[in-house]
Amino acid sequence: MSPFDPSWDESATPQAGSFPDSILAAALLAIDPTLTGLWLRAWSGEPRDAYLKNLTTLFPPGTPAKKIPLSITDDRLLGGLDLAATLAAGRPIHNSGILQDSHNHILHIAMAERLSPQHAGKILAQLDHGAPLTLIALDEGILDEAPPKNLTERLAFTIEALPEAGAPWPDAEQIRIAQENLAAIHAPEHAIHHLCTLALAFGVHSARAELFALRAARASAAFSGRDTIETPDIELAAKLVLLPRATRLPAPETEPESAESPPEPDPGEDQMQPDQKLEDSVTDAQTTPLPPELLAALAAAAAPTRKTRGGGTPGKSTAPTRGRPAGARPGPLTPTARLAILETLRAAAPWQPLRQRAENQKIAIRKDDFRIKKFKENPRAIAIFAVDASGSSALNRLAEAKGAIQHLLADCYIRRDQVSLIAFRGQTAEMLLPPTHALARAKKTLSGLPGGGPTPLATGIDAARTLADAERRAGKLPLLVILTDGGANIARDGTQSRPAAAADSLTAARACRAQNFAALVVDTSPRPQKFVQNLAAVMGAKYLPLPYADPKLLSRAVQAEGARHAGHH
Amino acid sequence: MTFPFTAIVGQDEMLTAIIAAAIEPRLSGVLIFGDRGTGKSTAVRALAALLPTITAVEHCAFHCDPADLPTLCPDCQTRLAAGHLPTTTTRIPVVDLPLGATEDRVVGALNLERALADGSKIFEPGLLARAHRGFLYIDEVNLLEDHIVDLLLDVAASGENVVEREGLSLRHPARFVLIGSGNPEEGELRPQLLDRFGLCVDVKTPTDIATRIEVVRRRDAYDSDPQKFAAQYAPSDAALREKIITARQNLPHITVPTEILELGAKLCLALGTDGLRGELTLLRAARSLAAYEGQTTVTAAHLRQMSAPALRHRLRRDPLDDSLATTRVDRAVEDIFSPA
Repeated sequence: MSPFDPSWDESATPQAGSFPDSILAAALLAIDPTLTGLWLRAWSGEPRDAYLKNLTTLFPPGTPAKKIPLSITDDRLLGGLDLAATLAAGRPIHNSGILQDSHNHILHIAMAERLSPQHAGKILAQLDHGAPLTLIALDEGILDEAPPKNLTERLAFTIEALPEAGAPWPDAEQIRIAQENLAAIHAPEHAIHHLCTLALAFGVHSARAELFALRAARASAAFSGRDTIETPDIELAAKLVLLPRATRLPAPETEPESAESPPEPDPGEDQMQPDQKLEDSVTDAQTTPLPPELLAALAAAAAPTRKTRGGGTPGKSTAPTRGRPAGARPGPLTPTARLAILETLRAAAPWQPLRQRAENQKIAIRKDDFRIKKFKENPRAIAIFAVDASGSSALNRLAEAKGAIQHLLADCYIRRDQVSLIAFRGQTAEMLLPPTHALARAKKTLSGLPGGGPTPLATGIDAARTLADAERRAGKLPLLVILTDGGANIARDGTQSRPAAAADSLTAARACRAQNFAALVVDTSPRPQKFVQNLAAVMGAKYLPLPYADPKLLSRAVQAEGARHAGHH
Repeated sequence: MTFPFTAIVGQDEMLTAIIAAAIEPRLSGVLIFGDRGTGKSTAVRALAALLPTITAVEHCAFHCDPADLPTLCPDCQTRLAAGHLPTTTTRIPVVDLPLGATEDRVVGALNLERALADGSKIFEPGLLARAHRGFLYIDEVNLLEDHIVDLLLDVAASGENVVEREGLSLRHPARFVLIGSGNPEEGELRPQLLDRFGLCVDVKTPTDIATRIEVVRRRDAYDSDPQKFAAQYAPSDAALREKIITARQNLPHITVPTEILELGAKLCLALGTDGLRGELTLLRAARSLAAYEGQTTVTAAHLRQMSAPALRHRLRRDPLDDSLATTRVDRAVEDIFSPA
């Protein structure tokens, strides 16, 4: 039966079409909890709270909705011994973690964009053991941040737009009826075929996504009171499950005007390639020998020695709570601290004869006895490359710049650093490669980087600084590498003005210095530019003219620079 | 109720590698690289049901092998000295090492409860203890934190977990087959860790629509009624299990002719693999495959089939060059096995 059949009765069932996508996704999730969850990309606030509240009402009455804060500790998440209480009472006192007995709960993962894959792994392990859970990943990331992929892969739906206030929601009864009918919904061969074909066309590589799509289609059919999956169900499933995972857009079949649609991004690429203009030229990377260990020297320069005194330094990080054990120290038993039991007992031992003990208490431990485990964690470095891909640069030496980056990438591999690539040209700076360990991808992205257009240098520096700031907050050690010929001609506000652009660039550079980022400015112009030199000075960066033909000269320059920095320590 | 192994569609190379590792534990593991959602975890979890039982010391946290006296844990040695060891049969363990597991959980730690209750120093065995004589599965192995990788490398190399922490000082056997999976797009694996895996397979999402439909259909059938679905595949799973058990028994009797040894050496030489480990692994893998196929002698065909999984991760490579190692192995295989 389809809407085109004369027997179709519209009034009999809720019409899926009358609800916005975000509400439909919530409904399907409530109907079939094996869809696992949704990735909600929205700012916190009234609309999001309302959405989450309404979503909960679709689930059976009394379904608990719990929030998992970003800062949750393992013992709160997984359960375990409540150390503070245990020590006070002198007998083991357990607390249960949120994930324990979380069957059929709804878990809101707050600030999912800041969650590490390792942390997500602990939550996902619960799913692997078959615990029925509904996960809502609350993502407030702006462009540069996203929840870990191991988490998002497991969530059927992605929601980008919240429903308008006052939008109708289905009532729980509709959901319940759909749920009863779910098992009986027929999935015809052609429907599965259709979904798989769509997945293939969208470049979706995960069989899990196809399975989610099939289940979503089945839930949709149940919701609409059908007993067979039909075209509207497939369309909805494709829209909610497959489209957000698309790595390419299907080739337009009939309509010639759809040529306006964005060009095919590379598989695995989340963002669109910049519009390629005719004058854009893709230059191959040219081998420009750069001295090895360049980044190492830079990293050494960025090491905490340069940290300013006083509270609130941006680079300040709290004591690591993971990594290699490195002894114990007295301290308060905060939620993140890990108690060094033996040292604690040892500290308490001499005092036992003097301390009064409760009746069945064997050991009396006071706050002063607490010894906290210390850990040593080496911060991971991330090299952020901001490449000037403007027309002037392309003419000058984009190829050599690419070669230089490749050289530095090899350096990163040895040091197991992450890399990220930002290109600026035209009006904007664009993150071509989000932070990654996959250097082969970095190389691929780099060689496909087209050049052309004016130079928004200030915007490029700003973008690199924003990313560096985010990475530093994530506990990493950012290194900025800016490659430019200094021909800035687009100001921050997008206007074309050389003086304004130059002034803005210097302001942007000053901001980098204020945050104490280690930086390297590579001058890619044919001959060293005073302006670029000045920019490096303002940024507190090393200045490095990319030599035309004499790699030895560069080698020497950097070695000298390295020695100078080494002399600082 | 896990998804049955024999219900997995396609992915022949991965399945063969897993079976080879199940037959020959000295292959020391399989690394499965590929996109998410290609059935890597499904295959590893399904493996558990295919494994034979082993004889182990009763009430031993490490399920020590009573037939292998030198590797007994200290506890079992004491018990042995005091009398005899009671034995029991148990399934070969397949243990998950989740991302974000703490060092305490992996290595084992002081039993807090006992330490606090009566001040006694009791060792609480970790995941390494549980995985002894079995499989240790690490999903997203390339995202594993460095300090955990370091200790895994050490234990995997020595077959022994040495615990020196929190006033504990003990060692226990920890011999396990590592199974790792991950998506190389999201991070590289350290060469040292790469080397610990005997076999390495690339899993690709099938691109033909018929296979994809079959994958979805079977998974859907399984999810709707796991019991019924598993029952359907129970005979084929049982048959495979028998085949693996027979192969394990026959493995020591498989012979490798000299010309096969020479072929293997030639191939490794042509590819310039580091050290002898590649060659050794290749031969073990080929022998395991021969045993699986019920043959008594390793043939060139066995060698050929296992050369890509045994060697592709051992080639010296430029980190920036992701031209497939598989292609290079294939080319060398072509040169050596079909001389002009």
